[in-house]
Amino acid sequence: MSKFPFLTLLVTLPLLGALILAFFPRSAGELAKRFALVWTLVVFALTVGAWLAFKAGGDRFQLKDDYPWIPQWGVRFTFEVDGIALVMVALIGLLVPLIVVASWKTVEALDGNRSVPAYFALLLALQGMMIGVFAASDVLLFYVFFEAMLVPMYFLIGSYGSHQRRQYAAVKFFLYSLVGGLFMLAAVIGLWVLGGNTFDWHTLVEAEFTTWAERWMFLGFFVAFAIKAPFFPFHTWLPDAGSAAPAPAAALLVAVMDKVGTFGILRYCLSLFPNASKYFAPLAIALALVGIIYGALLAVGQNDLKRLVSYTSIAHFGFIGIGIFAFTTQAGSGAVLYMLNHGLATGLLFLVVGFLVARRGSASIKDFGGAGKLVPWLSGVFFIAGMASLALPGTSPFVSEFLVLLGVFAVNKTVAVIATLGIVLAAAYVLWMYQRTMQGTLNPALNEVPAMKKDLSVRELAVVAPLIGLILFLGFYPKPVLDVINPAVQATFTQDLGVSDPAPKSEAKK
Amino acid sequence: MTFKLPAIDYLALAPMLVLFGAACAGVLVDALVPREWRYHVQVPLSLVALLASGGFVVALANRKEHVVTAGSAVVIDGPGLFLQGSIVVLGIVALFLVAERRLEPGGAFVAQAAVVAGSEADRKQMRKPGVTEVYPMMLFALAGMMLFCSANDLLTMFVALEVFSLPLYLLCALARRRRLLSQEAAVKYFLLGAFASAFFLYGVAMIYGYAGKVDFRGINEAVLGSSNSKTLLLIGLAMLAIGLLFKVAAVPFHVWTPDVYQGAPTPITAFMAACTKVAAFGGLLRVLYVAFERSSWDFRPTLGVIAAATMIVGAVLAVTQTDIKRLLAYSSVANAGYLLTGTLSMNRDGLKYTMFYLVAYGFTVLAAFAIVMLVRDSDGEATHLARWAGLGRRSPVFASLFTFLMLAFAGIPLTSGFTAKFGVFAAAVGGNMTWLVIIGVLSSMILAFPYLRVVVLMWLSVPGDDTPTVSVPGAFTAAALFVGVAMTLVLGVAPNQALELVNDAGAFLR
Repeated sequence: MSKFPFLTLLVTLPLLGALILAFFPRSAGELAKRFALVWTLVVFALTVGAWLAFKAGGDRFQLKDDYPWIPQWGVRFTFEVDGIALVMVALIGLLVPLIVVASWKTVEALDGNRSVPAYFALLLALQGMMIGVFAASDVLLFYVFFEAMLVPMYFLIGSYGSHQRRQYAAVKFFLYSLVGGLFMLAAVIGLWVLGGNTFDWHTLVEAEFTTWAERWMFLGFFVAFAIKAPFFPFHTWLPDAGSAAPAPAAALLVAVMDKVGTFGILRYCLSLFPNASKYFAPLAIALALVGIIYGALLAVGQNDLKRLVSYTSIAHFGFIGIGIFAFTTQAGSGAVLYMLNHGLATGLLFLVVGFLVARRGSASIKDFGGAGKLVPWLSGVFFIAGMASLALPGTSPFVSEFLVLLGVFAVNKTVAVIATLGIVLAAAYVLWMYQRTMQGTLNPALNEVPAMKKDLSVRELAVVAPLIGLILFLGFYPKPVLDVINPAVQATFTQDLGVSDPAPKSEAKK
Repeated sequence: MTFKLPAIDYLALAPMLVLFGAACAGVLVDALVPREWRYHVQVPLSLVALLASGGFVVALANRKEHVVTAGSAVVIDGPGLFLQGSIVVLGIVALFLVAERRLEPGGAFVAQAAVVAGSEADRKQMRKPGVTEVYPMMLFALAGMMLFCSANDLLTMFVALEVFSLPLYLLCALARRRRLLSQEAAVKYFLLGAFASAFFLYGVAMIYGYAGKVDFRGINEAVLGSSNSKTLLLIGLAMLAIGLLFKVAAVPFHVWTPDVYQGAPTPITAFMAACTKVAAFGGLLRVLYVAFERSSWDFRPTLGVIAAATMIVGAVLAVTQTDIKRLLAYSSVANAGYLLTGTLSMNRDGLKYTMFYLVAYGFTVLAAFAIVMLVRDSDGEATHLARWAGLGRRSPVFASLFTFLMLAFAGIPLTSGFTAKFGVFAAAVGGNMTWLVIIGVLSSMILAFPYLRVVVLMWLSVPGDDTPTVSVPGAFTAAALFVGVAMTLVLGVAPNQALELVNDAGAFLR
């Protein structure tokens, strides 16, 4: 056990950086960018340190930092991570510097005189709060970060959105999340009163509740997470927010922030309310399945690139959902790995779409067409991102999708078969999107946009290269990540939930 | 028959006696001191009196000796002292707002409200320094409120009710700007207040008929042992409740609130929103917890329905408002509902967290009205919401502060709004009023919308030509604003001290 307070620093450093940036004058835009980049690189170095300090085969929870906060309510600043949380924290640490680089020219490209330092301050604040959500093991602390996280994202969408409907999207995002958060608040209060006036996760896991109390509290948490994830039918805010937000912020929204929902289901719904989880699992699987098919079908029909990517995410979250609620270690590990891989793949896709939209000045598919001839490199990256998104073997999402389907098939064949349809549809929406934008005859209007003639710049290459590298690496060799994830998933399912994996049937027959 | 003077513990009464004395002195100052000097004498006099009164409250709280004095008319106990202290502290902050003279020559008050605006007499009046009767009136009101919280029988309570109500009726009518609105508000408040007082007095008579006593201890004993008709008790309690619920602005006795909040001079609105609420709930808490605790089975369902209606009606009507003062008025109605939820828990936590909520809400609402005072143009305050569009671009500092206050009202974590709501909701779950908590959570969602709309208006709208500027606050308003915002933050982030205080206050003395 290392004494170095990794998690405390990981939460406080970005927040401190945001505070410093908030005092930058408007004119110091360039300096603010450099400052944000250096700062997030330091945070990234810390996440690497945390990853190395974490012993893959050791205790379930590690790197614990614990400070008193409100003793009267039993609230403490308790940070600790299991394998699942560690993976998500690492994803944040990796993505945010890339997003800072990707945002280099985002703010200036917007109409109106908007503050550059404020944009990066919001980004850093968001980073700190997101790490806090994943690192907290005090339920109230989790709730605090969960809600507070909305505020910077709201301003990122509302103030820096490119879309005409950005205000509408920002308010919709905030209200949806707040509604979910308040349901969760009711459940948190119930948990505190019934669980013996404590917020400590480890104590609450041991607590016993009556059947109905458990079910109601499960629903309170589940609704909040289902809105955040988002699962069908709570998803309508995501396409609006995803299309209105500036592309780098949208990448962060979809790649990391939405994972709070699925992470929350694993850590809080399953562990705290095991019986209710089993009771509601069919419902959750049904919602996830509908999400897979519905999200994919709507993605096929979209004319706006950012909305399209948002809908693909809804389909992907369906996969994560069935992976979690199948209650097998294989599917569970697949789901957690999917959370990481989806973050990488969809993050990449959103960033590339952002490059395209910044060049063309429009996100409408009709405004592209044959663009591959003008920007071959960018088009190639776009293709790789698309392939990763449809889970082509050799890219990392394939491993996770395969694990999920394998795990689900062992317990419920029907669900697995229906979910497989989602893969077919994924091929349809990705390939058709690529075809309509990059291939075919060149759209003559593109020739008149000078920016469309500039291929991938060095800055943009620096953003996409690490992501592509990781997607390919984890596609062939996911073991380092699975080693971290597997014990945590196993502990969640066997210790907290009390289910054991079904014995493989083919072996039994022999 | 000989009449024996009751023993009086003057030290226990000192906080109130100081204020009553200073108020009388203030009346003399207005009669004797030359007009130019009055302001400079009155403000320090009031401030010193309040500070001395606060000092006595602290001394008494440290004495930890709870007494019933003045022939059992007044009781000085922990919760009573906490409420008195809150009234004094909030009163000092409100006094800062009342004493502000930099925003408007002569302050927000007019000497002869009956003079037609714009007439020759009015212009003459404008040139003279503003009215100073407001200070003694405020002191009378504050002393009355303190007595209201520590009355030990219904008659003393009634006297205190009148002592603090009458100055408020007058203060409402003294607005320099929009004089007719102000006078309308005062008349409405006075008439409805008189009705409510009549109900209260009638209730006292009924209770006396039932119990043969008016002191709380006697009533409490009678509820247990009296053989008189229970109908008498219930009618009496209902009448009493109407009188008290009028003051706390609970539905359906809330109709005066929006008109009075809008019409009254803004410092007085702030004063009423913060201090009257503390006093009214202090009285309600004492009546319900001390005198009628044993008939809680009778009143909890009815008052529960009223609390639910208050939360929902306040929240829904707040959505439709276009004037910031009316919006805050309906928000104050909804907050009365949350306070009632805490009150109806009928347990230790209910008492504790209702008191905590009162203080937290008081500071936030004072700061909010301080900013309302600052947003103005040549016609005075610009209260119409459309005028606030784009304020964030004009005055980012004040818009940020107001955003913070709005988030506090919406109950976002890390603000006092969250800790306060958490407290009362947790108490209500503990007191088996979970259904009220669910309604509270649902209404919080509705209520978040109007607050968010203000934030959207300020930040995401483009400033128009008629967007008013934010005046530079004088030292007084700046101090009030600072205290309000700082307390909203402190009570949200580190509420330990305040929770310790409400915890130490203990229970009511019977």
